[in-house]
Amino acid sequence: MNGRRVSRGRLPAVLVLPALVGLAFLVLPLVGLLLRTPWAELPTRLFSTGVGEALQLSLLCASLATVVCVVLGVPLAWVLARGELPGRRLIRALVTVPLVLPPVVGGVALLLVLGRRGPVGELLDSWFGVSLPFTTAGVVVAEAFVAMPFLVISVEGALRAADPRIEEAAATLGASRWLTFRRVTLPSVMPGVVAGTVLCWARALGEFGATITFAGNFPGETTTMPLAVYLALESDPQAAIVLSVVLLAVSVAVLASLRDRWVGG
Amino acid sequence: MRALLLAVLLVLTGCSSSQEPTRTVTVFAAASLTEVFTAIGKDFEAANPGVRITFNFAGSSALAQQINQGAPADVFASAAPANMKQVTDALAPVTFTRNQLEIAVPKGNPGKITGLADFGDANRKIALCAEQVPCGAAAKKALAAAGVTGAPDTLEQDVKAALTKVRLGEVDAALVYRTDVKAAGAEVEGIDFPEAASAVNDYPIAVLGKAPNAADAKRFVDFVLSDRGKTALTNAGFTAP
Repeated sequence: MNGRRVSRGRLPAVLVLPALVGLAFLVLPLVGLLLRTPWAELPTRLFSTGVGEALQLSLLCASLATVVCVVLGVPLAWVLARGELPGRRLIRALVTVPLVLPPVVGGVALLLVLGRRGPVGELLDSWFGVSLPFTTAGVVVAEAFVAMPFLVISVEGALRAADPRIEEAAATLGASRWLTFRRVTLPSVMPGVVAGTVLCWARALGEFGATITFAGNFPGETTTMPLAVYLALESDPQAAIVLSVVLLAVSVAVLASLRDRWVGG
Repeated sequence: MRALLLAVLLVLTGCSSSQEPTRTVTVFAAASLTEVFTAIGKDFEAANPGVRITFNFAGSSALAQQINQGAPADVFASAAPANMKQVTDALAPVTFTRNQLEIAVPKGNPGKITGLADFGDANRKIALCAEQVPCGAAAKKALAAAGVTGAPDTLEQDVKAALTKVRLGEVDAALVYRTDVKAAGAEVEGIDFPEAASAVNDYPIAVLGKAPNAADAKRFVDFVLSDRGKTALTNAGFTAP
């Protein structure tokens, strides 16, 4: 019993040291940001540089993009985890491509398909008179494109970890697949869905490359917080720091509250 | 921005660890100089064996910020004196060329743009540069001179980004430099407008005080100012200062 306590109590330095370096690597830049923040001018700057407008737009677009991702992504995850499809591995690989794709490349790809001259964009324009680039809807599309894989992977992982025998039991009791999905499968993977949704929202909130490429930059319409930070950095670094701190505070607050309430620990 | 700095650093370390003992001059230049400086750089390398030029092309304001934050640049060529002034470290900037705006429209002019007045039309898709970058500042001046309140759909972070939106046909028109229209070739048509004369940009160039390779940097600036540099600039559509 004694020896056991010793082996559990001492953390090996070979793990602790890199862990500490890793922690410092992640936290120090944020500390640096806070140290350079012009706290005294913070209130006046908050209400002067279009911060409110950009923040509102960011929250709106990230939330709408998350709704799109949940509505399309959860069924996609279910099909990947449960559907007996030919070429499922390939489909899974394709779904995760936006994860590894540089977001600017994603933005270019969106522009080439959904832009005025793109095959889909042309149809949207001539049938419905809808043009996505340079609109708030375009921001939502760009963010959803980049963020959806986070949700799909997270939900699919939860679905694969769930015990299929419970679903089989529901089926033997006469439940249809749709009923089983709603009443059995979905509740059992809810933590995975919530975690995926939070990740997806956070990724959408921070989206920059695909947004500026596909949706352009216009205050009040497509200038989200990350775009505002980038542009402010070129003319007024202090304003950029203020914007960054606001974005940091909002994301940490939302993530912390969601974690406590839904994911637990 | 961070990523850019990191990329520049990686490029630099990559160069220094290569086998040939080459010296590198890092030139930060306005996006509108992309084609002509790339060509001048090749000429310079041919004339100066052992020296390599690496370029970082971007909006002048972004470049000025990167330099102020310690990016290891040797030379800065800005599209406007205002952005050169932001750099505290520039040694005796010289105006080496001039440029003026032109309306760029996609091939065939699908938006039927005739002049600056169309830039106030909310039904047309218009791209301008953001005001922080020189082409945006010049566009603001030109629109004011024409008495037009611009109705842009997007404010791009440098002139090449605005031009790209025209090339892809995503906007009906953009205000870019005459030289950009020329460099874009057949994909883009240019429309001259009289107010362009009231928004001519002076381009200053300077060696930087903290230049890691000041001697070769000076040589490159002299090369740009030489007759060969001037000819290249003129051929690209720039005008002599």
